[in-house]
Amino acid sequence: MPSAKKKSTAKKAQAPANAEPATDFTGTPVNAKLTPDDKRGLYRTILGIRRFEERSLQAYNQGKIGGFLHLYIGQEAVAAGVVSLMEENDHIITAYRDHGHALAVGMSMNECMAEMFGKHTGCSKGKGGSMHFFAPDKNYWGGHGIVAGQTPLGAGLAFALKYKGLKGCCICFLGDGAVNQGSFMETLNLVSLWGIPVVFVIENNGYSMGTSLARSSAEANLAHRADGFDIEWDVCEGHDVFEVREYANRAMTRAREEMKPFLLEIRTYRYRGHSVADANHEKYRTKEEIEEYKKNKDPINVLKAQLLADGSLSEDEAGKINLEVKAEADAAAKFAEQSPVAPRSEIQTDVYWEVDNDPSNSLKGTYFFND
Amino acid sequence: MPLITYREAIKQALAEEIEHDENVCIMGEEVAQYNGAYKVTEGLWDKYGDKRVIDTPISEAAFSGLAIGASCLGIRPVVEMMFMSFSYVAIDQLFNNASFCRYMSGGLMNVPIVVRGPANGGTNVGATHSHTPENMVANHPGLKVVCPSNAYDVKGLMKTAIRDNDPVFVMENTLLYGEKWEVPEEEYLIELGVANILREGNDLTIVAHGRCAMSALKAADILEAQHGISVELVDLRSIRPLDENTILESVKKTGRALLVEENKPFCGVDAQISHLIQLKAFDYLDAPVHRVSAIDAPQIYAKALEDWQIPNEERIIAGALKCLA
Repeated sequence: MPSAKKKSTAKKAQAPANAEPATDFTGTPVNAKLTPDDKRGLYRTILGIRRFEERSLQAYNQGKIGGFLHLYIGQEAVAAGVVSLMEENDHIITAYRDHGHALAVGMSMNECMAEMFGKHTGCSKGKGGSMHFFAPDKNYWGGHGIVAGQTPLGAGLAFALKYKGLKGCCICFLGDGAVNQGSFMETLNLVSLWGIPVVFVIENNGYSMGTSLARSSAEANLAHRADGFDIEWDVCEGHDVFEVREYANRAMTRAREEMKPFLLEIRTYRYRGHSVADANHEKYRTKEEIEEYKKNKDPINVLKAQLLADGSLSEDEAGKINLEVKAEADAAAKFAEQSPVAPRSEIQTDVYWEVDNDPSNSLKGTYFFND
Repeated sequence: MPLITYREAIKQALAEEIEHDENVCIMGEEVAQYNGAYKVTEGLWDKYGDKRVIDTPISEAAFSGLAIGASCLGIRPVVEMMFMSFSYVAIDQLFNNASFCRYMSGGLMNVPIVVRGPANGGTNVGATHSHTPENMVANHPGLKVVCPSNAYDVKGLMKTAIRDNDPVFVMENTLLYGEKWEVPEEEYLIELGVANILREGNDLTIVAHGRCAMSALKAADILEAQHGISVELVDLRSIRPLDENTILESVKKTGRALLVEENKPFCGVDAQISHLIQLKAFDYLDAPVHRVSAIDAPQIYAKALEDWQIPNEERIIAGALKCLA
C-alpha cells in the first residue's frame, strides 16, 4: 500500500467497513464463491501462460520467432485474475506484453504461437506478430505496440458501451512506463469528464524497459495521478491471484454500476528483460532482486500453496496440469512450425474492409499502388 | 436547384447521417455548444443533443483514439479536427491505430470513423495551421482520403465516408466554406474513387483536387479566352482510392498534363500521379508533365506572399503555358 502523503481530496477507494488490513484474500466474497474447479482453472491459466512463454522463448532462441518477444513471466496472476471477472459486456485491451491476456481470454496456444512464427494459421494470419494478438469474438481488442497508444482505444470501447446503454466495462491494461505518455493523461481527463466505465489497470513491474520507476516517474505512487482527474483509485499486489480478483472486482463493479472510470495499480514483477532482446537486464537490477521475487512471490507457487492448503488441488493434480499445459505448449510450437506462411497475395488483404468485402468487384478507383 | 454554401452542405450531410443511423455521432472541439469553430455544425447540438453532438476537451490524441475504440463496437464517430493541422497531435492514433488495426488483426477488426476538417493554407495563419496532409494520409494503406472542391461533392462524399466501413479523412477548406454551389434537395451519395471532369477540352489536361480545382477552373477559362488553349480539367475528388482511369484517359486524349495541388511538391499527391502518367501514358505524352504546387517552404504568414505561395490562377496559367511551349 502506498504510504506517501495524500491530499484530503484523494479518491482512494474505501475498503469495506471494519476490514482489517488484509493479507489473505481467499475468503472475500468474490473469491469465496469460487468452486474447486474454478480455482484449478485459474491455476491452469497461470501455469499455461508460463509454460507457453517458456516454449516461445525457446523458439525465439532457435530463430523461429522474429521481432520482439515481451515476456509476461512473473506477472501471470494479473491477467488471469482480472480476466476471470469478465462478464458478457466487458471488454479488454492491452499493450504489447499481451500473451498472458490473450491466453486468459481463451485464445488457443496454437493460434498465438503460430502468429509469433509468422504463419498463416496465426490469430492475425502472421500480420501482427507477438505484440498484436486480437480476438474480438472474445471481447479482446489487442495487443498494441505503442506505449499508451491503447489507452484512448480502451476509453472508446467503454464509451461505446455507455452510448449503447449496455452495462459493462472495458479493462485497459498499461505498464508503469505508459503513465508518462500524454495520450494516457489526456484519456484520464476525458473518461472522468464524460463518466466512462473504463478500468485502467497499471501493471507496475517497476521498470519501463530498462529504467526504474524511481528514474522515470516523479511521483512513484502511480495511482495517485488519478487524483488529478477526480478518478477513484486503488493499489494492490499482483502475485496473489485472489488479491488481484478482490481489487479488480471492486473496480469493475464500480465502473459497471456507476458508469465511472477507475485506476487500479497492481504491483507486479517481470522475471525476464523488457523484451528478449534486452539481454542486459541485470544492469538495471540485481540478480538478488529477481531471485527474491521468484522465491517469495512467484504467482504459480503462491497459488499452488493456497490451493494445496484449502484442498482444492493435490500435488498429483498439480503435476498433471503442469504436464498437460506443457504438452499443449509443445504441440503449439509444433503446429506453428508445420503451418504454412500465408501466400504473398495475403500482403494486400485485410487492409480495407470495403475491398475485402467486395466480391462483385464493384468498388471504384485504385486502392493499391504497385507498378 | 438550391444554391447553398460548402459549409451548409457539410452540415446537411452530417444531419442526414445522424438521422439515418443512430450510431453516428459527431465529436470535436467546439462542435456542440459553440456551434463549431467554423460554424459547420451550427444548430446540430440544439437539434440532436449531447449524445449525438459532443464537445471534447483540447485532446486530439484522446478523442481520436476514443473514436477508434468506439468504432470497434459499431459506433460511427465523425471526428472534427478544428484544423487538420491539429491531427498531428494525434498521429499515433490516426496513423497507427486507425490505419493498421484491421491489418494487424488479420482482418478481424475494422474502424469506421470519419476524420474531417479544414486542410488548407491561404488564410494568413502561418505554418502550423496550414497543413494539407492528404499525401501523408494516402501514404498509409488502410486510410482513405477525399478532397472535395465544391458543395455538391462535399455533401455526397461526406455521406459516403460516414457509411464507409474504413477510416476516411475528409479534407475541407476554410476558403470554400462560404462559397455557394447548386445542391439538389433529394438525397444522393458520391462514390469514393470517382473523379469528376469539371471541364472538357483537347489541348491540355489539368489534374487538381480540393480548392485548387476551382482555381484551375478559372485559369482554364482564361487560357481558353486569352490563349486559345482548350483545357480538360480533372477534379480528383478522391485521393485514395484514386480514379486512375479518368486521369489516364484524359491525358491520352490531350497528350499533355499539368498537375496542380496545394501540397508541398516533395512527395505530394501529384508526385504519385506524375509517376502514374509516365508509367501508363508515356507514349501519348507530347511534353513533360509539369506541376504547380505550394512553393516549397513552410507556409508563410504574410498574406501577400502566401497568396503567391499557394497555387493561384496566375501560377496555374504559367504552368499551363510551359506544357504547351
